[in-house]
Amino acid sequence: MATVTATAPDTRTFSGTAWSWITTVDHKRIAVLYLVTSLAFFMLGGLEALLMRLQLATPEADVVSAERFTELFTMHGTTMVFLALMPLSAAFFNLLVPLMIGARDVAFPRLNALSYWIYLFGGIFMNISFVAGGAPNAGWFGYAPLTDTAFEATHAIDFWAFGLQILGVSSILASINFIVTIINMRAPGMTLNRMPMFVWMSMITAFLIIFAFPAITIGLVLLLFDRYIETSFFIPEGGGDPVLWQHLFWVFGHPEVYILILPAMGIVSEILPTYSRKPLFGYAVVAYSGAAIALVGFGVWTHHMFTVGLGPIADTAFAISTMAIAVPTGVKIFNWIATLYGGSISLKSPMLFAVGMVSMFIIGGLSGVMLGSPPIDAQVQDTYFVVAHLHYVLFGGTVFGLFGGIYHWFPKFTGRFMHDGWGKVHWLLMLIGFNLTFLPQHMLGIDGMPRRVHTYAADMGFDLWNMMSTVGSLMIGFSFLIFIINALRSIRHGEPSGSDPWDGGTLEWTIPSPPPVYNFAHIPIVDSRYPAWDLKRGGGHTGAVATAPEADAEADEPDIHMPNPSYWPIVMAAGMVLAACGLIFHQAFILLGAVLFAISLLGWIEEPAG
Amino acid sequence: MTAEAHGHHEEHHSSTGLDNRKLGMWAFLGSETMFFGSLILVMLINKHNTLGGPGQEVLDLVLTSFTTFVLLTSSLAMVLSLAAFRNGSLLWGRIWLGMVMLMGLIFLGGQVYEFTEFVTHKDLTPSTNLFGASFYTLVGFHGAHVAIGVLWLGTVLAYSWRGRFQPGMDMWGIELVGLYWHFVDLVWVAIFTLIYLI
Repeated sequence: MATVTATAPDTRTFSGTAWSWITTVDHKRIAVLYLVTSLAFFMLGGLEALLMRLQLATPEADVVSAERFTELFTMHGTTMVFLALMPLSAAFFNLLVPLMIGARDVAFPRLNALSYWIYLFGGIFMNISFVAGGAPNAGWFGYAPLTDTAFEATHAIDFWAFGLQILGVSSILASINFIVTIINMRAPGMTLNRMPMFVWMSMITAFLIIFAFPAITIGLVLLLFDRYIETSFFIPEGGGDPVLWQHLFWVFGHPEVYILILPAMGIVSEILPTYSRKPLFGYAVVAYSGAAIALVGFGVWTHHMFTVGLGPIADTAFAISTMAIAVPTGVKIFNWIATLYGGSISLKSPMLFAVGMVSMFIIGGLSGVMLGSPPIDAQVQDTYFVVAHLHYVLFGGTVFGLFGGIYHWFPKFTGRFMHDGWGKVHWLLMLIGFNLTFLPQHMLGIDGMPRRVHTYAADMGFDLWNMMSTVGSLMIGFSFLIFIINALRSIRHGEPSGSDPWDGGTLEWTIPSPPPVYNFAHIPIVDSRYPAWDLKRGGGHTGAVATAPEADAEADEPDIHMPNPSYWPIVMAAGMVLAACGLIFHQAFILLGAVLFAISLLGWIEEPAG
Repeated sequence: MTAEAHGHHEEHHSSTGLDNRKLGMWAFLGSETMFFGSLILVMLINKHNTLGGPGQEVLDLVLTSFTTFVLLTSSLAMVLSLAAFRNGSLLWGRIWLGMVMLMGLIFLGGQVYEFTEFVTHKDLTPSTNLFGASFYTLVGFHGAHVAIGVLWLGTVLAYSWRGRFQPGMDMWGIELVGLYWHFVDLVWVAIFTLIYLI
């Protein structure tokens, strides 16, 4: 296939000292930091899940205690949502958004670094709890009044609440950054209607984050006031209402589900056209249905509260809005299928993951519509049916989509392929293991096995399904090991891929792999949705995209001014997290954190941003 | 944000023609609407949740009407300050900026007095009842926003002596704090109406 650029890969993008990584403001390096950190947390959350599955493999087992089990499911959920999947999506935002819109970096490079460091320190902060007197143990949604000091006097809940506040700051800052980047830094000609679908979904996700996170911020503030200064927002004895917590949490919590799935949908919308060699079917409809999902997503939160007793009118209204959201979702799925139809399909590993995502997500979507019906929800509330549903959506959907993205863009950022054969083994094992784990949990739920209980009696008819589920989860764990080994080996020894191994249609495939520090020697001019295809096939006129032969790039380089590295982001993040530590350990940390924050703020302002 | 850096930013490509920082501020303020929206909702839910203790009747409408008037007027001063800087009058720009700070401080002073009065004479603390808890949380967070605004204005004022905001330069530093200040004002209009007046 046509190699568009003759430019040599820029080895400086990802090499350099530890100091250069600590002070980096390059979106590609920050993406790598996000990727590595989130995969580490993904492994941690996975180990927590495996411990739970081992405990549940047989009835009345004693692998972990009941107390430890509550910590495990709380931290598994919290870790996977906030420390693994959201940051893994953020890794893709960072990797791809500037490249796809033809920009040299994000709008606020130092803010981008700050978001990452806050995330890293916040994640560590929350997990310190395991060795500092007990991990959070009230479930990932921390229902009141379980979180009150009357029921949990240790700092377990404080770690959780402060940790989520810290991570919320990181998410909101990153989202503001990406909103501005996408709206304001598109290459000439890249209208909203020509943006790659992944960029569309990134933008929608960022808007979801800035509007959804404040609700949980307030919820957590009130919770911390209840715990620290003896208010009683969620304590009935003081006139408070635990249901208020549920509202505040789920007003955030349901959009959060779409925050987790939309980036994966964007990735799939890039992978399917590439490996079908066809443009995305119904581009505009796919984009607008993403926006519709986000909008309606703010109006469905009480379907998490059908059994609270809000009354038939509220339940009906939210059942209707919940089922309505299946429409734009279904529209997306039909468009993906229509993209495949008649295409020249090549079943490389990224494509397999994308197809896996679509099919598994359909199953999760169907059980979602079932749960959207209050009578059914009342039957299976708090059973393994719900666990099965949410994992089909978030694992079958999000995790498959994100892994597909890793296989797809790995060559762009290393210049080498991941081994396709082992990729397929990973896919197959994960697909089988995933279904073996979660399909039986539908039966367990219908049979009435409650979630979040550390064991079950032998004569309940749960034994076989549970054993299957545990075997499946071990298969998932094993498939992840294959992935890690494949990835680590491919970084150095993978087959060289060149700059455009998949015949991609979006701008990132027009530049070398790995991309140079400045991304584009010349800012491209775009006049279609698939500028790279135009360039290779003669359609359209994609302006300056291709005009970057090596000598030219070398000559141009001194003129391309990139932002200077900065150590203030990491200092500021450290200050914020130290201050949070102060509220748990010793007040001296608050002072230290505040001083660090003030110094770094001044340093930040005084530093030439470059 | 230094003088050396400012010339460079004008070269930045921007698809909408808007400054990146201003667009970012708008996004942040969008997020803040949900922040204060949630707080105001909690306050409205708990407005009459007094457990027989002190409630809405402790609010001093006369004092707060005065500080509200001062805060709203400060938005005018903010506009005048930006206009003066734009017209090349550093002196009047600084004077109006100082006026904004002063009015912000008067508002904060009123709030400190109000809180002290409630705690010492009206027996209303955050743990008295949920009216108190919600009131101190909402009004306290708003006050914190005003305080941060005053500090920020002070920084901007200081930078006007360090080579920024000279005639002909870009004024985004003032525009940003202005956007923030007007927003905090607007939130107070909602709080004053919903909590004090109704």
